[in-house]
Amino acid sequence: MEAFIFNLFIFVLASFVGFELITKVPPTLHTPLMSGANAISGITLIGALIIAGGSDSLYAQWIGFAAIIFATINVVGGFMVTDRMLEMFKKKEGEK
Amino acid sequence: MSQFLPEALQSFLPNLIQIFYLIATGFFIVGIKRLGSPATARSGNQLASLGMLIGVAVTLFDREIIAFEFIIAGVIIGALIGVFAAKKVQMTAMPEMVAIFNGFGGGASALVAWGEFTRLAPETFDTQGLVTTGLSILIGSITFTGSFIAFGKLKGFIGGGRIALPGQNYINLILTAAALGLVGWFAVDPEYQLVFWLLFGLALLIGVLTVLPIGGADMPVVISLLNSYSGIAASMAGFVLGNNLLIISGALVGAAGLILTNIMCKAMNRTLWNVLFGAFGGESSAGESVDGDKSYQQTFADDVAIQCAYASKVVIAPGYGLAVAQAQHILKEVANMLEERGVTVKYGIHPVAGRMPGHMNVLLAEADVPYDQLYDMEEINPEFKSTDVVLIIGANDVVNPAAKTSPGSPIYGMPILNVDEAKRTIVFKRSMNPGYAGIDNDLFYSDKNQMFFGDAKKSLQELAAALKDLD
Repeated sequence: MEAFIFNLFIFVLASFVGFELITKVPPTLHTPLMSGANAISGITLIGALIIAGGSDSLYAQWIGFAAIIFATINVVGGFMVTDRMLEMFKKKEGEK
Repeated sequence: MSQFLPEALQSFLPNLIQIFYLIATGFFIVGIKRLGSPATARSGNQLASLGMLIGVAVTLFDREIIAFEFIIAGVIIGALIGVFAAKKVQMTAMPEMVAIFNGFGGGASALVAWGEFTRLAPETFDTQGLVTTGLSILIGSITFTGSFIAFGKLKGFIGGGRIALPGQNYINLILTAAALGLVGWFAVDPEYQLVFWLLFGLALLIGVLTVLPIGGADMPVVISLLNSYSGIAASMAGFVLGNNLLIISGALVGAAGLILTNIMCKAMNRTLWNVLFGAFGGESSAGESVDGDKSYQQTFADDVAIQCAYASKVVIAPGYGLAVAQAQHILKEVANMLEERGVTVKYGIHPVAGRMPGHMNVLLAEADVPYDQLYDMEEINPEFKSTDVVLIIGANDVVNPAAKTSPGSPIYGMPILNVDEAKRTIVFKRSMNPGYAGIDNDLFYSDKNQMFFGDAKKSLQELAAALKDLD
């Protein structure tokens, strides 16, 4: 129970940090922000690694394997496509 | 991989991993912070991806991990698919791409919770652990199927309109309540397999049924919301595993998605409840039909060229039609030609101009339009009074004065670009057909407005040619 309450504190506090971080973002960056944040949500990959690599049951390993594929698509694709978008955002020529 | 480390390090390993997780968390927070400004955004994204790399790399040293075959194979397959998709996708298709990546993220979180439950004996879970396992499966699965339906809708595989059974909203509400009930039942009796599978299946079904009825015009809201869900699902998976990095990162993303959802709702003057359960966007709603006696003025490229070339300030109001016609590059050329003549050119961008928040900005950035020429609705609205010509290209509802003047209109109250305050508006449009939401636009019949009919790309090419001829 104590661990759960502790985790709940972290969850709530992190949510507040998230709200504060995002409120000031200009609309220009909403799409890259969303796709970047989306890539971060692929952090669940860490959990997938533990399940695929740390299970005795083959059944759980296969579930972990599928989770790794899904999460890696999310992480790798998400960060790359965000980078591709942000690469295009430029100031006026000469002001660089 | 922990066995490769020196003996002295072994005993510190669990703490060491946590410290690296803390560093990764810092990278995520600073990374998201830097994503907030165009000048630092790229480095912010890179910082966040570095944080991810650190998190994944140190996890491989976790003592629990003993076998690497599945890990190596899974990462290679996932990375190949991710790289391929990220390289191939067109900027116009970005909303679909984000939706599908998001679906995979949510699906992964559901699988992680399921895997953890399968890996350990049910007795090792306390009630909180079981509830969060259930919630992770519920939210993750809804995100998974919901995102794929959103993808199908954006791609046009599934009709953009409202696909709904009679009483669909009640069905969805009842199913959601039932799913939450199943989470409770699962927490009480985790060994009852039937409950577990019912929960899984019902969650997948809810994802389909809640997104299916939502019209195409509301997609920016749905994508933001699903993005938030995938964060919350990751966070719940973090509760299941007792992993702080997952809890924090998931919460950050969940909060970010909620804020963007809220911004999108405000931009359309709708509540989230109304988007999820209302009937709008795709349905031919209460908009007045076109009256036969209203008249409009038509114009042609030469005339538009002269009006723009001798204006001192031109504002361009782009809509999704511009992106569909792939006309952003030629638009940029026209803008350049005007600037060479000393005309001030600005872009006024409505928050829902594209198919996801900020989509239009990305499309214009792709055409090399500098971001300091792009103005938000709040920034550009005070400027229309001093604007000579507004070019409205592929946009309709976001410039419809009915949102301000006619309380009966379905879009009444939606903030719009106040283009009617400018001295002249020119609408680039295929025909007089009403727009996406099926609502007639009085702007077209204003005596300050002219219609320039044709495909946006062709019209702009004609305009560019006409501007050249002026010299």
